[in-house]
Order: sequence, then C-alpha cells, then structure tokens
Amino acid sequence: MDAIVVTNLGKAYRQYHSRWSRLIEWVWPFGRARHERKWVLRDISFCVSPGHALGIIGTNGAGKSTLLKLITGTTQPTLGSVNMQGRVAALLELGMGFHPDFTGRQNVVMAAQLLGLHEDEVNLHMAEIESFAEIGGYIDQPVRVYSSGMQVRLAFAVATAVRPDILIVDEALSVGDGYFQHKCFARIRMFQEKGSTLLFVSHDLAVVRSLCDQAIWLDNGVIRDAGETKTVLDRYAKSIYAKEQEVEAATTHLPVTNNIPKPRTRQKRDCRLDFINNTNLRNDIEVFEFNQDAESWGDGKAKITFTQLQDLNGAPLSWIVGGEEVVLAIEALALEELKSVIVGFMVRDRLGQNLFGDNTYLATFDKPIAVEENHLFRSNFHFFMPLLPRGTYAITAAVAVGTQQNHIVHQWTNEAVYFESHNGIGVNGLIGVPMQSITIEKVSSISR
Amino acid sequence: MSLVKQIWIYRGFILGSVKREFQSKYRNSLLGASWLVLQPLSQILVFTLVFSQVMRSRIPGLDSSFGYSIFLCAGLLTWGFFADLVGRYQNMFLENANLIKKINFPTICIPVIALLNAGINFIIILSLFIGFMLLVGSFPGSVLILIVPVLLLQITLAMGLGMTIGVLNVFFRDIGHLFAIVLQFWFWLTPIVYPLQSLPYWAQEIVNLNPMTPLITAYQSIVVQGEPPLWASLMPSCTFACLLCLFGMYLFKIRAGEMIDEL
Repeated sequence: MDAIVVTNLGKAYRQYHSRWSRLIEWVWPFGRARHERKWVLRDISFCVSPGHALGIIGTNGAGKSTLLKLITGTTQPTLGSVNMQGRVAALLELGMGFHPDFTGRQNVVMAAQLLGLHEDEVNLHMAEIESFAEIGGYIDQPVRVYSSGMQVRLAFAVATAVRPDILIVDEALSVGDGYFQHKCFARIRMFQEKGSTLLFVSHDLAVVRSLCDQAIWLDNGVIRDAGETKTVLDRYAKSIYAKEQEVEAATTHLPVTNNIPKPRTRQKRDCRLDFINNTNLRNDIEVFEFNQDAESWGDGKAKITFTQLQDLNGAPLSWIVGGEEVVLAIEALALEELKSVIVGFMVRDRLGQNLFGDNTYLATFDKPIAVEENHLFRSNFHFFMPLLPRGTYAITAAVAVGTQQNHIVHQWTNEAVYFESHNGIGVNGLIGVPMQSITIEKVSSISR
Repeated sequence: MSLVKQIWIYRGFILGSVKREFQSKYRNSLLGASWLVLQPLSQILVFTLVFSQVMRSRIPGLDSSFGYSIFLCAGLLTWGFFADLVGRYQNMFLENANLIKKINFPTICIPVIALLNAGINFIIILSLFIGFMLLVGSFPGSVLILIVPVLLLQITLAMGLGMTIGVLNVFFRDIGHLFAIVLQFWFWLTPIVYPLQSLPYWAQEIVNLNPMTPLITAYQSIVVQGEPPLWASLMPSCTFACLLCLFGMYLFKIRAGEMIDEL
C-alpha cells in the first residue's frame, strides 16, 4: 500500500478571450467554448511507498508548486487523482494565517485548529512548540512585533508539532537562519526515521540529494525524468549546465595525467592559498559564539563548558579562512569522577550531514585519561580547516566514557558552535580538501 | 452529509475564528467589548429621540409615544441583520483568498463562520431591543417567540442570496458594486420606515412582490401589534428562500474548484 499515489494528474487553467466571455459562457452554456485551456501540468503519475522520500526538482515555472497544491488538495485537479494514506502536514507557506494582533500562543492555537486539531490537543503540545521555536517571552506578545525569523520558527514548530504520516515541504525552509535550518532538517530526518513519508520540493539539489531516495524532474508541466535521486539529479544538473553554457558538450581532450606528487618538502598548506587568499575566491568562514543553550542530552556526569575555534596560539577566532590551520578546543567539567574519558566532535552541514569529525579515543588509547570530580578538562583538535561551500555549519561536541564502540555519553551537544562560509567559489563536493599540489604537464605525443 | 461532517470536524477552527473576530475587533480599544453594546444602543436611542420626541411621528392606530420608534426598530434592526449577513457573504471568499488558496481546509467553514459572527451581533442587538421594550413598557409578551421562525426564514433567504452573490463576486467583481446599489433600492422598497398600508394600492402590489416585505411585516406585527404574523403570507418567501439556498449551494459546489483558481 503506497502512501501517496498520483495517477494521471493534470491541471489546466481556463483562459478567457475577454472579460465578457465567461459571462456569455455561463449564461449560454450551449454555444462553443469561449476559453482556452492552458495546461500547467499533464500526465503526472507516481507513487511513494511509506517511509520513503521523493524529491521534486525543476526550474521555475515547471509546475512544482502547482503539483504540491494539487497533492495537498488546495487546488482541484482537472484530470486524474491523488490518493494519500494518513495524516498530512504541508509546510508550504509558513506563517500563513497568523494574525498580527494576536499573541504567538493564540496564533499557535489558531494555526493548529486550521490543521484540524482541537484546542486541548494543541495545549498538550504547547510546551514542546514553545521550546522548539525558541522565542522565549515573545510567545505572549502579539505576532506583529515578531521578526520574520521568529514567525517562521513558530510556524514550523506548530506545523510539525505532531508527527505526520506524510510531510510535504516546499522551499519554505530557505528562510530562517542557519541555526534554525539545522533544527528543521534534524526534525525532518527524525520524522523520516520514524517512518514518515516525505515529499520535498526544492531548487537546492544538495538538499534533495541528501534527503530523498527517489526524485522526479518536472519540466514544462510534464515528468521529464524519474527514478533514483542520483541519476535524476545528475541528468538535471547536466541539462541546466548545458543551458547555462549554451555550448556543445563536446570538449577537446588534452592528454592529461595527474601526476602523483612526490614527497617533496613537507608542505603544510594548500599551495594555492597565498594566491587565493588575495583574491575574492578566499573561503571566508565566520565563526559564531559558543551556544550555551544548544540542545543536548546525556547522563549529565559531565558538562561541556565551552567549544571554541582558536588559532595556534589559543586565541579565539571569529573568522577563519578555509585551508588554514585551526584548533578546536572543547572544555568540559566533570561533575563526577570520570574514568577513560573521550571527547569528540562532528561537523555537520545545514542538512545535518556528517562532514568530518574526530575524537580522542585513539590518541589516548594506551593511556586513558581519568578526571576527578569538579575538575575541568580540555581537548584540542588541531587540523586544517577544509574549504567549505557557502552555507552554515555546526559543530556537535560530545563527552563520553568508554571505548569508541561501547561508551556512555555524558553530554552530547548538538550545534555547540556555528560557523558560516560566506564564499564557497571553487569548492567542489561537500568539503574541499586542501590540495598539496596540482599540476598539469605534457607527457608525450602519440602518433596515430 | 459530508458537509455537516466537515463542519463538525472543524468546529474548533470555526468557534475559534468566531471568538477571534470579536477579540480582534476590540483588542486595541480601551472600552473593549462595551463597543459591541454601545453601537446598537446608540442606534436605538437615536431613532427613539428623533422620531418619538423631535419629529413626533405616529403610526396610525397606535398612540404610544414610542410606537413609531419600536415600529422602526422592528424593521430596521432585522433588515440590518439581513444586510450584514449578505454583505459578509458577498466578500467572504475574496477576503479569505489567502487562506483558501494556501491551506487545505473545508471552504464551507467560511460561510458558517460569517453566519455565526453576524448572528451573535444580531443577538446582542436583539437583546438590547428587548430590554428597551421592557423599559418603555411596550413588551409584546410571549408572542415575541414567534420571531424565531421568521428569523430562520430570513437567514435562509440571506444565505441563499449571499452564497450566490459571494461565488459570483469571485468571477465578476461587478456583482459586489451592483449589489450595493440594489440593496439601497431594496431597502426603500421594503416597508421598514413606512407602514405598508400608507402606500397607494398600486404601490402596495409592487412592494408585495419583494420577498422581504412579508418578513418585515411579520416582525412589525409581532413586535408592534403583539399579534402572530399571517403565516400564509410568508409561504412565497419561504419557497423562494429555499430555492435560492439550494441554488447557492449548487453554485458553490460546482464552482468551488474554479473559484480557487480564480482567487
């Protein structure tokens, strides 16, 4: 039994020749039709099985939003049908229906009622909604004094207060700051793990790639391609690329080999940094303060007191440049005596994908560190900051006890520190690894 | 059947919306809900002062000094309810366009909310009017309960008309402007400020074609004379109202989808 079944869906809007045409047609419906049908979607059929995620991609005007409107039922299809099993939550227009004169709390009730919930059901979830939206005392202020980010946070918190069987997400999440996006995607992933079916529309291919297992490419109202996300996305990207370049795909191939660099003098930095850092290609990364109130869990035997990116002299950094050396310092307080403590971190992108991370386990394998009660301890991770595509990132810090495989978490803090890459030009992939050397040279001529 | 079920499922939203409309209206005012009472109260007082004291109008066959003002209120307040309801219905889809377009909920909730809002306003006005009648000693007695069936008939008529106009107004905005004019003529073609008998016979025949005439006359007969209305005279209006209501619902049903595309 599929969660979403869409069969031969089509949508046409009527276009009348003049203002009077409709009136004439209504009054005298027997004559010839005085309108044309403008098809914005045609022959759309697909199904999504429960717990799976489908991404819908396509350029502006391809019909993505219309398709979502048809699926959520706000618009009636001209042809075909949509069948869905279970409770649907649609995050199409966050904050729709918020009344500026009412307090956040009243609006939460109103928005939830619009979803078909009752006031007592809403009150059950109120505390959870408040804590997720993180708007503090503003919850009892009228919504007109909210920033747009606060409105979106509250709206998202309401719309996802109850786990839906089917979650439909439009570009809605592109608003809001990095921290909030992290939380939203974490929640979406959590829903996915618990078995919610996801329908996701975005221009952001990275999001679709990471969340969805199947994808549909809409082009001019028809399905141009459908299947495995990777395949569809690659074809889509190729078509976009071809459109942008407007050149034939055939390029002349030079006989090029990538020489494996010989172990020359130990070069620590990416060889291009001196040049790149003097141009606008510099990978500037802004680092935000340690987030004391970040969401965390654990048995509470230790508390992470700060997490900080520092330079080699231990001075905190507010800006770093991708490719440069940095030190990540994580300091924690032992609230009880701890034996063989492990400190670790993980860097995640805004979609919650793990990019890189490490822990102290192997480094302290032969001589486990024990910490007495009420003692502070600190670990430093010294590494080259990878080059990062534009976007926000978060460092998750954790303190545990035991081994890498078998440990008890004392504290695990999601999103302890945020940082944002402002310029990711020239970074390929999830992260750019600082290159030791890149060369191109002619090897020999080949006679044909 | 499914409509009733949808309304029942969304009763939380409907009741919440009704509550919120009243809250939002008086939210930022110092006197708050008192305005709800002050407005109709001043209306009743003005009629009474102007017509019973200043102009000293009299209704033939009724010599209480408040006779004319009670006669006037009987027609004017109920007409006000009628016009309020039709006016709300005329614009309800346009005003809630954002909600209808973006959120999937039963559209039928909107007319229900409009009806409840207008109804509560009228109940407040009606109770003030009853209080006023008690005060001046012209309370008609238990016969007053008979206005309930007449009011139900009036609501049916207003809903049928309002629904039709509301749907048409989405497609042809002229309807809204046109109806504002029609409503003015209609008001004067209804025996509200003048008794029907005061017209020459040929004019009475024209005014009698108006479906609102027997309703307003019924209110006046109950409130002023304290006599039950002539039920038979209400039958044509009743038939008309039911047909209009069915037509309105039919129009809403077949055009609901297209309406969303048009908004």
